[in-house]
Amino acid sequence: MKVKRNVFAYATALCMVLMLVSCENKTSALKDNTKIKTVGTYELAELGVPPHVPPPVGNRSAKKLRVELEIIEKKGEIAEGVEYVFWTFGGTVPGSFIRGRVGDEIEFVLKNHPDNKLPHNIDLHAVTGQGGGAEASFVAPGHQKTFKFKLINPGLYVYHCATAPVGMHIANGMYGLILVEPEGGLPPVDREYYVMQGDFYTQGKHGEPGLQAFDMQKAYDEEPDYVLFNGKVGALTNEDKLVAKAGETIRLFVGNGGPNLVSSFHVIGEIFDKVYIEGGSAINNNVQTTLVPAGGAAIVELKAEVPSNLILVDHSIFRTFNKGALGILNVEGEKNNLVFEGEVLDGIYNPEGATMHKDANVPATQEAKPAATKEESIARGKQIYNNACFACHQPSGEGLGTVFPPLAGSDFLNADKDRAISAVIHGLEGEITVNGQTYNSQMPAQILSDEEVANVMTFLYNSWGNNGTVVSPEDVKKLR
Amino acid sequence: MLNRVSIWYGKMNSIQRSLLASMIFGLSLMYSSHASDTNHMADVSGGYFVPMYGVVDNESVFVDSFSIMPHLVTNQEFLTFVRENRKWMKSNVRRLFADEGYLSYWTSDTTFTDSLKFAPVASVSWFAAKAYCECQGMRLPTTNEWEFVAMADSKVVDARKDSVYTASILKAYELRGTNLLPVGLYPPNIWGVYDIHKYVWEWTSDFNAIMISGENRDNNNAGLFCGAGSLGASDLMNYAAFMRYAFRNSIEAKYTLRGLGFRCAL
Repeated sequence: MKVKRNVFAYATALCMVLMLVSCENKTSALKDNTKIKTVGTYELAELGVPPHVPPPVGNRSAKKLRVELEIIEKKGEIAEGVEYVFWTFGGTVPGSFIRGRVGDEIEFVLKNHPDNKLPHNIDLHAVTGQGGGAEASFVAPGHQKTFKFKLINPGLYVYHCATAPVGMHIANGMYGLILVEPEGGLPPVDREYYVMQGDFYTQGKHGEPGLQAFDMQKAYDEEPDYVLFNGKVGALTNEDKLVAKAGETIRLFVGNGGPNLVSSFHVIGEIFDKVYIEGGSAINNNVQTTLVPAGGAAIVELKAEVPSNLILVDHSIFRTFNKGALGILNVEGEKNNLVFEGEVLDGIYNPEGATMHKDANVPATQEAKPAATKEESIARGKQIYNNACFACHQPSGEGLGTVFPPLAGSDFLNADKDRAISAVIHGLEGEITVNGQTYNSQMPAQILSDEEVANVMTFLYNSWGNNGTVVSPEDVKKLR
Repeated sequence: MLNRVSIWYGKMNSIQRSLLASMIFGLSLMYSSHASDTNHMADVSGGYFVPMYGVVDNESVFVDSFSIMPHLVTNQEFLTFVRENRKWMKSNVRRLFADEGYLSYWTSDTTFTDSLKFAPVASVSWFAAKAYCECQGMRLPTTNEWEFVAMADSKVVDARKDSVYTASILKAYELRGTNLLPVGLYPPNIWGVYDIHKYVWEWTSDFNAIMISGENRDNNNAGLFCGAGSLGASDLMNYAAFMRYAFRNSIEAKYTLRGLGFRCAL
């Protein structure tokens, strides 16, 4: 008994001492980061190629780091078939990820490739000093500048080019992130990724193919054609999607280069357990959507509880749906029905006095009587198409971008009738090739009667240059 | 021989410019492309204009009438110069006057790839460009003169308000490898001057004057960077001009850049 009490007393005392010490540490950390000593000589810093980041600092002591960053102006793809001349830090948009800890002394070498046309510089928001280094790093093509600074404030910071006209340099992709970890490092997680949003202004509209020049007027009007994660439509989808396993903790370093838009960063299907607000030291928990200002950042952490495709979006949602701000974090692993059980039951919902049927384009009587002629079948099929299909496949069956395949003159459609019917009644998922273009999306099963499926298929086969096949309700029935 | 002709031209121009002005303007228009022959001068009648930087309260400045080479100085022409002025050969040049990149793409002191004969000479320092012009009895244009010529399109003297024209300049600045093309591929502007935006940046005699003489530097201001770049600029929508001034601000007289050439004025 006595021993126990003693232990308790000791523990209390120890706690108090620890609290005092930690308090002291905190205040001294705020005051004295400029005085943190570094040892040794300059080591070349490892940089992260997006969406990857260099390894964590852990509990290493502060040291001297040499960061070498090369500026490259180069033609790249902003979307499939659409080219753009990007100006980059390290050859990528966003630029290379820089990682250090508080107290590190950085010798920064900014190199401007000789084939570049323009002078550039770098303003690192993590730097305390004139222009964040902008003036000291101002460098002509074919030259390099070296400047030095000490990391004194922990946090996640944006860096960007600040040469006039600054908006254009940023709009062309000249931004990235620099992480300054606190003493002892950020708490360990299973995975870390680097995602940065930016808005782009092209002379042609979204998706217009060929080399697109920067459109100054659109930039001035703040009306982007593209809002992107990591500089390209689809940079984080298909084979480039981010991956994790169920049960893992994931940390996303999220930046926003702008130049104009503020991001409402959201991950569909998850909740951020932890957000380092604006990349600083304040932590918020259980967040659905976090604001990432232009020229700002946030660190978000989540535990992927169940397998799913988590969708990274700017929840100013037209930017996601129409302008490209979409990424996928694919979580694989065992299902956990306690957390999410998926669809349990598919039922019919018949609200009382459901008069809506009368207003619907498809007359209710039609279901009863089969179409007598091919022409009638096509006419009915067209109505169904205009209700159920055209939103994705478009009014003339031309499809949409690289997401929804065309039905007009479609080799996929014409090659195999049964496969096409099956897609309508069972849905279709996975990679397919239509007219030479690869698609990898998901078509849901359509809730249509055999008669309706037959009509819409007959309509499809007799429109837009397809092969004129006639589909009967029996054809559909045997595939159910 | 070519050299002498251009010196002769230079002298005639300086003595009897008024008499020759209209004649030369006509000639330069007739002159279509290759600068393999002497660079006939294009005459520019002076006037008032508001440059991007360097003036107080958007006051306009007066540019005297002057003449300027319609074409950029080509590799071929520069070769003639270094043959006659051996101290400007790349193996002889003093590092004080040109950095290591001086004529780096030439295969020797006096040779370069044949296809570059009529392409603009680049990777030359300000000192070398100045020496070249002085040898022809000329000089480098001032920044104000150069900008005055550069604001013209094929129809008007000042096309800066024409958004199509300014957009086309911006687009041209994004093209790469333009220093490898023979000069004179595109039509001249209203002064009969070719290639002012499409090929390479160009040295001016006072390229660094505006930022250094201003008090921006003395006060340790950010100069042309970030938001500060908009301070003191006369036209915030002229991005092409911003890029040129930023470029000039980034270079030093001994620098040699693959995308930087020159032409002379008188």
